[in-house]
Amino acid sequence: MRIDHELAKQWIAPYSRVLDLGCGDGSLLEHMQYSLGVTGYGLELDEENINIGISKGLNIIEQDLNDGLARFADNSFDTVVMARALQAVKSPDTLLLDMLRVGREAVITFPNFAHWQNRLHLGLKGLMPVSEALPYEWYNTPNIHLCTFKDFERLCSDNDIEIINRFAVTDSASGSKKYSPLMASIIRRAPNLLADVAIYRVTKAK
Amino acid sequence: MSIQSTATDPKLANSVGIVTPQTMHFDTPLTLECHRTLPEFDLVYETYGQLNDQKSNAVLICHALSGSHHAAGYHSEEDVKPGWWDNMIGPGKAIDTTRFFVVCLNNIGSCHGSTGPTTPIPQSSSEGTPGTPYGPDFPLITIKDWVRTQAMLSDRLGIDTWHAVVGGSMGGMQALQWSVDYPDRLRRCVIIASTPKLSAQNIAFNEVARQSILSDPDFNQGRYLEAGTYPRRGLILARMVGHITYLTEEAMKSKFGRDLKSGKFMYGYDVEFQVESYLRYQGERFSKNFDANTYLLMTKALDYFDPTRGYVSDESLSDLEALKQTLKHTRCQFLIVSFTTDWRFAPARSEEIVDALMANDKPVSYVNVDAPHGHDSFLFDIPRYMGAIRGFLNSPFLGAHSNTDSAKPAATTKPTPRSA
Repeated sequence: MRIDHELAKQWIAPYSRVLDLGCGDGSLLEHMQYSLGVTGYGLELDEENINIGISKGLNIIEQDLNDGLARFADNSFDTVVMARALQAVKSPDTLLLDMLRVGREAVITFPNFAHWQNRLHLGLKGLMPVSEALPYEWYNTPNIHLCTFKDFERLCSDNDIEIINRFAVTDSASGSKKYSPLMASIIRRAPNLLADVAIYRVTKAK
Repeated sequence: MSIQSTATDPKLANSVGIVTPQTMHFDTPLTLECHRTLPEFDLVYETYGQLNDQKSNAVLICHALSGSHHAAGYHSEEDVKPGWWDNMIGPGKAIDTTRFFVVCLNNIGSCHGSTGPTTPIPQSSSEGTPGTPYGPDFPLITIKDWVRTQAMLSDRLGIDTWHAVVGGSMGGMQALQWSVDYPDRLRRCVIIASTPKLSAQNIAFNEVARQSILSDPDFNQGRYLEAGTYPRRGLILARMVGHITYLTEEAMKSKFGRDLKSGKFMYGYDVEFQVESYLRYQGERFSKNFDANTYLLMTKALDYFDPTRGYVSDESLSDLEALKQTLKHTRCQFLIVSFTTDWRFAPARSEEIVDALMANDKPVSYVNVDAPHGHDSFLFDIPRYMGAIRGFLNSPFLGAHSNTDSAKPAATTKPTPRSA
């Protein structure tokens, strides 16, 4: 299981209602459904992934996230999850607000563009960064709205979005393995430099 | 049970083989939604595959307007064309007959063997002259009536719960009605290229088709069989207009373009363009094999379809709200399939069903398959479409969502009808 999936799961209440945006082959949804008893739907656009999800017995709805969440009523989910899709949608700000309209909370993961490797790549080589978390060339990347942790947090504060929890990890270093407590504490101190993936748990500020 | 040959012919080997239709007779009177009664009736059906000991692997196929019970396989070795959904149903196919026991029946009111307008009025009838065909006196049938007779056949076959009920277009409407009327009798529901009810435009096209038939002098007030004729021109016209709605501008362009049969303008009204030739040929073929009264009745069944009738008492509700209330008591898992180029029952119509189900927290998946063939796409062998059906039918059954109300079977509750 992907590390951001593992962490996102900690913030999902058992038996709650979840909407998973860009659910891929449904592996997170499947995990939440079987181990937490959640009910909900995964939205996905990739044909192959949709069929994989359906064959797992999951509820997969073919939908382009760029079309927004207008089909869902206000507060119809406990949590809206979006793993590594924020940077690939046309209007991340609008979608983020829509997520918090249909869900009480949102759990979002995205790659950190300010990770030191990316900074080195751009700073020294003068080339757009290509890494494990961002494996595309500039011309074929689906990631059209890359941001850093700082950028994301600024967006949240500008839109009265409260950050309940956040977790920054180095996906490339860890995979499903845990890193040492020392490493973890170092990353905690300078996440915007050292972590390449972040998981945020947010809600509408009261 | 249908007889299946040990096929040596490759054509037969890649299908369920030779099948023989069966007939089930029902001699108890059937009172229909229109308040008229059929004193007795026959249902013709075919089955493919084997019913398991638990009787848990049965799949019901509901046919569309011009379909029949002959969904797969061949009736004889000389038979050139297989059943209408042979690319979907068969050994190793999306609806895998090595795994499932598949049943497809011909609906009443049709003209392929089950009791319909061409059937002679039985001696037990209190209306009409026994021995003469029902003709225009055959009662109007609704989708709900069909589903009821399908449930009666299920009882006779000893199938308490269907593994799945599957249908495209008008067949999808029957599958949807099943989920509403018999929530405990199906575990999965597959609704393909369908709609929760017809739009004004859909009804308008049906009305053109009906008027084509009704205004043909050979229609004879529907008693054409006694007159030894049939409304050939009316049926051809009806089919032509219907056929246009099944295709797309793009599909017609790539198939015919503006090609001329003889390569030059003839300055007359005979067939000149290839597309005219095609439509006339299809219409002609259809007129020879289809009964006009059946066509009228089927288009009316389409127009009347509204699964919310009888389940929603408040007429002021929006369509979505009404559908939402109706689907509240369903207990099966749904797969809804639409096709991007279908403008007869466009993807947006399928999404109405999806949205109403999601608003009720019901288990549903939805795929909108990119295919160029318009409404007809549901009859094509499209890998992604077939893959979704296969995956859904073979997927683990998760049951109804846990946080739905302790649903009473809707069919046994008696809410006030929404409209008379």
